[in-house]
Amino acid sequence: MSGGSEPLFLARQTYRRRRLMDAARILPVVGAVLFLLPELWASGEGGASTARGGLYLLAVWILLIVVAAALSHRLSRREPGAPPPPPDRG
Amino acid sequence: MLSFNVLVAVCLAYVAALFVVAWWAERRAQAGHLGWLRSPWVYTLSLSIYCTAWTFYGAVGNAARSGLEFVTIYLGPTLVMIGWWALLRKLVRIGRTQRITSVADLISSRYGKSTFLGGLVTVLALVGTTPYIALQLQSVTLSFAVFAPGAGAEGPPDPARLQATALWVAAGLAVFTVVFGTRNLDVNERHHGVVSAIAVEAVVKLFALLAVGVFVVWGLGGGPRAMFDAIEASPIATWEMHGGRWVGLTFLSAAAFVCLPRMFHVLVVENSDERHLATAAWAFPLYLCAMSLFVVPIAVIGLSMLPEGSNPDLFVLTVPLAAGQDGLAMLSFLGGFSSATSMVIVAAIAVSTMVSNHIVMPIWLRVMQGGATVSGDVRDVVLLSRRLSIAGVLCLGYVYYRLSGGGTALAAIGLIAFAGVAQALPALLGGVFWRGATRVGAGLGVSLGFAVWMWTLFLPSFGEGAVIPAAVFENGPFGIGWLRPRALFGIEGMDPMLHAVLWSMILNALGFVLGSLASFPGPMERLQGAEFVNIFRYSSGARGWVPAMVETEDLLMMAQRILGPAEAQRLFQAQARAQGKVGYLPDPTREFLERLERELSGSVGAATAHAMLAQIGGGAAVSVEDLMRVADETAQIMEYSSQLEAKSAELGRTARKLRQANEQLTALSIQKDAFLSQISHELRTPMTSIRAFSEILRDDADLPEAERRRFLNVIHDESQRLTRLLDDLLDLSVLENGQVTLNRQVTTLEAVIDRALDATQARRPRLSVRRDPVRERIAVDTDPDRLAQVFINLISNAEKYCTAADPVLTIAVRREAQGAVVDFIDNGAGIPEAQQTVIFEKFSRLSDTRAAGGAGLGLAICREIMGRLGGAIAYLPGQGGAAFRVTLGDVLAQAAE
Repeated sequence: MSGGSEPLFLARQTYRRRRLMDAARILPVVGAVLFLLPELWASGEGGASTARGGLYLLAVWILLIVVAAALSHRLSRREPGAPPPPPDRG
Repeated sequence: MLSFNVLVAVCLAYVAALFVVAWWAERRAQAGHLGWLRSPWVYTLSLSIYCTAWTFYGAVGNAARSGLEFVTIYLGPTLVMIGWWALLRKLVRIGRTQRITSVADLISSRYGKSTFLGGLVTVLALVGTTPYIALQLQSVTLSFAVFAPGAGAEGPPDPARLQATALWVAAGLAVFTVVFGTRNLDVNERHHGVVSAIAVEAVVKLFALLAVGVFVVWGLGGGPRAMFDAIEASPIATWEMHGGRWVGLTFLSAAAFVCLPRMFHVLVVENSDERHLATAAWAFPLYLCAMSLFVVPIAVIGLSMLPEGSNPDLFVLTVPLAAGQDGLAMLSFLGGFSSATSMVIVAAIAVSTMVSNHIVMPIWLRVMQGGATVSGDVRDVVLLSRRLSIAGVLCLGYVYYRLSGGGTALAAIGLIAFAGVAQALPALLGGVFWRGATRVGAGLGVSLGFAVWMWTLFLPSFGEGAVIPAAVFENGPFGIGWLRPRALFGIEGMDPMLHAVLWSMILNALGFVLGSLASFPGPMERLQGAEFVNIFRYSSGARGWVPAMVETEDLLMMAQRILGPAEAQRLFQAQARAQGKVGYLPDPTREFLERLERELSGSVGAATAHAMLAQIGGGAAVSVEDLMRVADETAQIMEYSSQLEAKSAELGRTARKLRQANEQLTALSIQKDAFLSQISHELRTPMTSIRAFSEILRDDADLPEAERRRFLNVIHDESQRLTRLLDDLLDLSVLENGQVTLNRQVTTLEAVIDRALDATQARRPRLSVRRDPVRERIAVDTDPDRLAQVFINLISNAEKYCTAADPVLTIAVRREAQGAVVDFIDNGAGIPEAQQTVIFEKFSRLSDTRAAGGAGLGLAICREIMGRLGGAIAYLPGQGGAAFRVTLGDVLAQAAE
């Protein structure tokens, strides 16, 4: 069905890594949806509160940064065939 | 209030500090101590050139006008960065493997190294960057003006003075950029000095904005809680979204983040390690988040503190000033200044690289027509074109600033530039992810988008009536209503920005897709397309040089002009030695050409190096087309040679056959000669006797009667012998030519043997025959006369040649699966083994004894007869005497009893 050259079942670690890549690809989509959500309530009559909206955006922003940091840290740590992983950047 | 002179002094000191940082970093890099110069943090900070003076000042101004909308400019890049795995990682890998020097280079390289596309994207980048640089000049001059004597509440500052400031700033930036941006033709276009300087500037501007923000929130606003309430009570308390601007601007900033020449330059070209992206993926969004954290508070405080009509774009400066914080204001000014300078420097480098590589060098190479690559000093030409390009780009920015009058709100110019460079996005994304994207599609899409952008956004930005007459805004060009710049296709009432972005991107993408679908890519495009799209699968460079199309001496001459004689000679000598040659001229192998191109591209850039090598390689680029043609020719040659091989094998076979035939012919000729001499001999002997005796009879009349009778008998015998010989010869000839007609009929072996024995009765006085007549009753379908002839011959032979004192011939008949065999075995000495093979040849007689007057044709005739009858005759060794076996094929199923 797919590729042909790829095995049907992957080792657990490879499988996890693939899903990690999927997550890294999906993250911007999730971020876009979250960032565009205010369009639902702020584009209506009378708009919304700037202060609350700002806090919402800040929260989403921080969340995305944290998730991106976690994902990219693990992705770069386990890059196959790469030279020894860079030192832990806390 | 700070004096203007102090401000200038601080500014100069700051710039001097930047020079020192850049110079120091260059020194470190040259000494090989890259260390932290290559750390992911420097990379992340260098990305901050995205935050220009526009975002530094303009974000607050934007927030003061339309609330949270300013943040879209940061959200787009945030999404791109956290999605690094999908796009940026690929771009960086492509940039590194293909030695990409700019976004124009990427697109031109992807679509078959097209000069046209490279030039088109360069023009796009130039036109898109010019207003942006104007924007930086404007913000710097405006910020200067804030501190200028006489500025303040009483009216606008003196325009002439502002223009002079802008000019000086532009000139200063040009100097810095020329010094550090074209200091050396660095390997892979990396500029450690510049990157270090902009990293420092990134820290300065972040620190400045955070400092102002902290001061505003805690110093003026009374803490976060009170600030929150102040925002709720401010004129921008309500967050209103207008018809898709939120989505449109987020998309636009994301697109621009990738396509902006300066962003591409720091993201891809200056990237020294792919893993830096992993850090920047979250660290840069964090930076952006920090940059935007205090924008709304500063805007709110500025709106409430400062008098009505103050320029909100300068709140970052004017709020600390109004609060009497001169030091903070100075820091803030430096933040804005550094935002502007870092952006202008990198943008100038990026755009000048593009202009130099995609416009100046192609034209120069074409004008010089190849000879110049050998004789001219290319290095100087490249450097000069870079420097002139930098000056030209900054000059254009200044001209735009003067033309636009500096009146437009900062954010508007920034967005116009964003929308312009975003036109490269479909071609870029399509090129990286879609193998079917073609040059025609990319050219069509970029051209369409560019045209629409020019018509609906860029030209109108100069104001109604400035470039496009007001009447055209009202009624469209030539009265065509649906082409009105602000209402394309008759759709009115849209936000002009959104209107332009929407239509330009739609038409761009449409043109790109349709053009790609309808056209057929050239081989180079397809090769590059596969390389780009599958960059993670195979990462080998696709440079193809055809060896032997270039003269090594020309290469050496060119390399000396670029690398310097000593370096070039060292390179060539080392290569020649590696090839096992003495001297300075190695063979122009593919490996050598690729290595040379790498070395040259370190000095003059990959594209130019490629083009120059291509020029020496015979005027035209050594393209994939050439390679394919060569491959075609090779295939043809291979086919031809395999045909030749087949032919030569065939020839060999024919020759062998001919040789065999020749040998046979020679043997036959010898045989024929032998035969002729034999036959003449055989004929001559009886003829001689006949002549001799007949002469005696003729000449000697008185010969006694008895004598005469004896002589006549001899003559008669000899004639008979002759007749027999001739009969035999005739018989053999008939048999050999296949002219014999067999008279087949059913008979038994017994009958045939009886007949043979009867016929030889008179001629075998001594020989006794032993036979078993019962076993001989085998029915055969044969020619009885001929078979009897064979048997007679064998029986006569036994009589003639059997040396036994009491000769006995045994005739044994046996029935076998395939037929029957008849063995004729005598009790004589037999035939020596060496002669067993020749006895069936003509005239082969084992002894010279002409016993019984045989001419040696008997067994030959027997063999022929048996062949005709479908049987065989062979000598049967090991039977105690001469033994012949006659094999008969056509034996009837049941014995005839």
